[in-house]
Amino acid sequence: MRPPVLLDRPARWLLGALAAGALLVVLGNALVPQGHALHVSTYTVTLLGKYLCYALLALALDLVWGYCGILSLGHAAFFALGGYAMGMYLMRQIGTRGVYGHPVLPDFMVFLGWEELPWYWHGFDQFWFAAAMVVLVPGALALVFGWFAFRSRVTGVYLSIITQALTFALMLAFFRNEMGFGGNNGLTDFKDILGFDLQADATRLGLFLASAAALASAYLLARRIVTSKFGQVLVAIRDSEARVRFAGYEVEHFKLWIFVFSAMLAGVAGALYVPQVGIINPSEFSPLNSIELVIWVAVGGRATLWGAVAGALLVNYAKTVFTGLLPEAWLFLLGALFVLVTLFLPKGLAGVFLHRKGRPT
Amino acid sequence: MIVLLWILALIPAGAAVAAADETALAAALEHLAGAGLRERAEAVETLAALDHPRVAVILQAYLDGRLYVERDGGEVLILAEAGAPHAAERALDGAPRGRVDADAVKRIGSNNALRKRLRILLALRALDAAEAAERRRAAETLIGELDAAEAEVLRPRLESEPDRAARAALAAAVALVDLDAPESERRLAAIDTLRGRLEPQVRGALARLAENDADPAVAAAATRALRGIQTRLDAYAFVEKLLFGLSLGSILVLAAIGLAITFGVMGVINMAHGELIMLGAYTTYAVQRLFPQWIEWSLLIAVPAAFLFSGAVGVLIERGVIRHLYGRPLETLLATFGISLILQQSVRSFVSAQNVAVVTPSWLSGAWQINPVLALTYNRLWIFAFALVVFFALLALLRYTALGIEVRAVAQNRAMARALGVRSDRVDALTFGLGAGIAGVAGVALSQLTNVGPNLGQDYIIDSFMVVVFGGVGNLWGTLVGGLSLGVFNKFMEPVTGAVLAKILVLVFIILFIQKRPQGVFPQRGRAAEG
Repeated sequence: MRPPVLLDRPARWLLGALAAGALLVVLGNALVPQGHALHVSTYTVTLLGKYLCYALLALALDLVWGYCGILSLGHAAFFALGGYAMGMYLMRQIGTRGVYGHPVLPDFMVFLGWEELPWYWHGFDQFWFAAAMVVLVPGALALVFGWFAFRSRVTGVYLSIITQALTFALMLAFFRNEMGFGGNNGLTDFKDILGFDLQADATRLGLFLASAAALASAYLLARRIVTSKFGQVLVAIRDSEARVRFAGYEVEHFKLWIFVFSAMLAGVAGALYVPQVGIINPSEFSPLNSIELVIWVAVGGRATLWGAVAGALLVNYAKTVFTGLLPEAWLFLLGALFVLVTLFLPKGLAGVFLHRKGRPT
Repeated sequence: MIVLLWILALIPAGAAVAAADETALAAALEHLAGAGLRERAEAVETLAALDHPRVAVILQAYLDGRLYVERDGGEVLILAEAGAPHAAERALDGAPRGRVDADAVKRIGSNNALRKRLRILLALRALDAAEAAERRRAAETLIGELDAAEAEVLRPRLESEPDRAARAALAAAVALVDLDAPESERRLAAIDTLRGRLEPQVRGALARLAENDADPAVAAAATRALRGIQTRLDAYAFVEKLLFGLSLGSILVLAAIGLAITFGVMGVINMAHGELIMLGAYTTYAVQRLFPQWIEWSLLIAVPAAFLFSGAVGVLIERGVIRHLYGRPLETLLATFGISLILQQSVRSFVSAQNVAVVTPSWLSGAWQINPVLALTYNRLWIFAFALVVFFALLALLRYTALGIEVRAVAQNRAMARALGVRSDRVDALTFGLGAGIAGVAGVALSQLTNVGPNLGQDYIIDSFMVVVFGGVGNLWGTLVGGLSLGVFNKFMEPVTGAVLAKILVLVFIILFIQKRPQGVFPQRGRAAEG
């Protein structure tokens, strides 16, 4: 067996496509004048930025599901936690520009009649602190949850179901006003990020580029992991956990670290997502979101990384098109996608592609 | 006709007295039809004092708002139902008057105080009823409503009342008046009588006495009595939580039991289980729409109909999708999730995106008032019984029928079962259909408790999985115990933490529990445990 290379052909293609795409979008948005056929509107830029965040999230899931066999049905929870951390920073940036004009408290706290900032909101006025929390909070949750789960050898569908319960419980918790995260409405009405106006075209473009850069570096990091010895052990655990254990590896540690890393990536995706869509609310925790994410990866193809990215972009593009044209049809299509992909495309589109090329899969 | 015969029979008994009463009744009715509420209140008292068989009918009609006066002629009428036009009868003697027009009559109005007085007067009359239960209800109505004069009138009845419960209620009603007696002994005796009564009026009066009574002995006795009542209240509150918990638990069991078959016995993760429940609820709706004349029996029709419908959908799912995915549980999970989306959207597109209205038959509505602080609604009682029936029927089916034996054989060792001639694919389809059918039956029950809408299934799927996982996969008893205990746990947490937090805590508890005992409360033993 040849040792895996970091930048194999799909990796070069993906990174190249990403760079080219980003360049075209920047040129189309900033240089081509409005009204021209090649002009890329800021709306489209933000939409693409959103897709890239989803792609990053899919990449995170592919690492644990595709390479380690851990089907998490609660990965959107980490995404949402990262998003909330960013949302808290953006809330604090509003300052006196809120409806109530309170210098410290966000609007919803004033509305609820709170006197002072809850302790866990302190520090979020600093970007570096919020940025740290974006990775640390999801990471810590994954660490604690994974430590309990993997240590007691909860595997397979059991793990899937309790991850789903985890995100469901978090959704219920964040719906509560007493939690101090805006309850039902979540966090919204953001004004600016790092001093840049969030409504400005240039900021939107910047966020899009940041998402693209994050996706590219996450992809490289993930490639680095899966091509390393650590990655080989992950695949071995996926294929036969007991054998790896008997061979002397601490299976739990491998699973735990990849789970935590994946949760951190999901947190970053959420943090980039929130300033682009301008809102974060508890529905991001809904189990449906997590499971939709699974289908992105399944459509694209597991354990290829680029398949997850492609799947996320494709399915979300289809979603945008269909919810615009035939809102009723989208859930039929999504449902059919689940059934057909599992029945006929167990390796996803990546499987078809590799098969065509006559490569061993 | 019957009324006429009855009047004829009455005349020889005491024609002179009857005639005098008749006049008084007519006069009182005329008074009642008069303008002011004060006059009406006086007329009601006059009426109540009369010893005439029509009085109770008239007062009851007045209380129900069915007493009307003709615009011309001034005759007082009783309508069969509130709101004209309806069949009417003459208030004076019950002579039928046919249907009356809405604008020919005017309702005789009342107010809250008057209606309260009417209730008391009716209850006082009902103390003479032949049935002990009716007398008891009347006596309970009177607790806290009597004045001193009325109490003195009722006192002799304490000796003559034959029914024990009715006597106790009557004694409480009289004793509540005695709490204001000038003599300490009478107050103490009254407190003694009131010991253990749960009515809020009794508690209020005792608390007042414990606070301000001039005699310290009386105040102390009242405090002791209150403490005793509080102990009983706490006990009932505990019982109530337990019963509510069991009721919630039975719903969870009902929702989860079909899953226990497909997940537990077959090892198939059926994310569309919630939607199969939803289909059962919609079947109830369809049955009620198709046979509006049989609303009372609609549930009895809906149970087999839902079983067959959801079961058939289940068999289709198994034949169409799941059988290609055996041995790949994660893929099954995804595929059935897709099916759940399709089923939800089908209902949204082809029935309605809004909730539909499912009628509750009259035998399911209302509540069983066990005592003043404890009541159970009939629908919850029925559903509890229904859950147990379904559970034991399923248990018997798996244990004693040929199909049950085949199901268990395939679950334990597919290859061996096939070698012995069991058609495993047929068994798979039937098992899945059985689990789906039971989900449908659960849907019929749930349609009586929650809103029936496209999202009905989603609300139950996670709970159902939790019950099965908590109870132990592949063990029906585990599902029963798991569901009931989770329901009770939830209800005991709720007052402490609030409903949402209780739910979160239950989820966290299960997550931690699975860490400790990944196989559930009742782990599967033997070779199957490793699969």
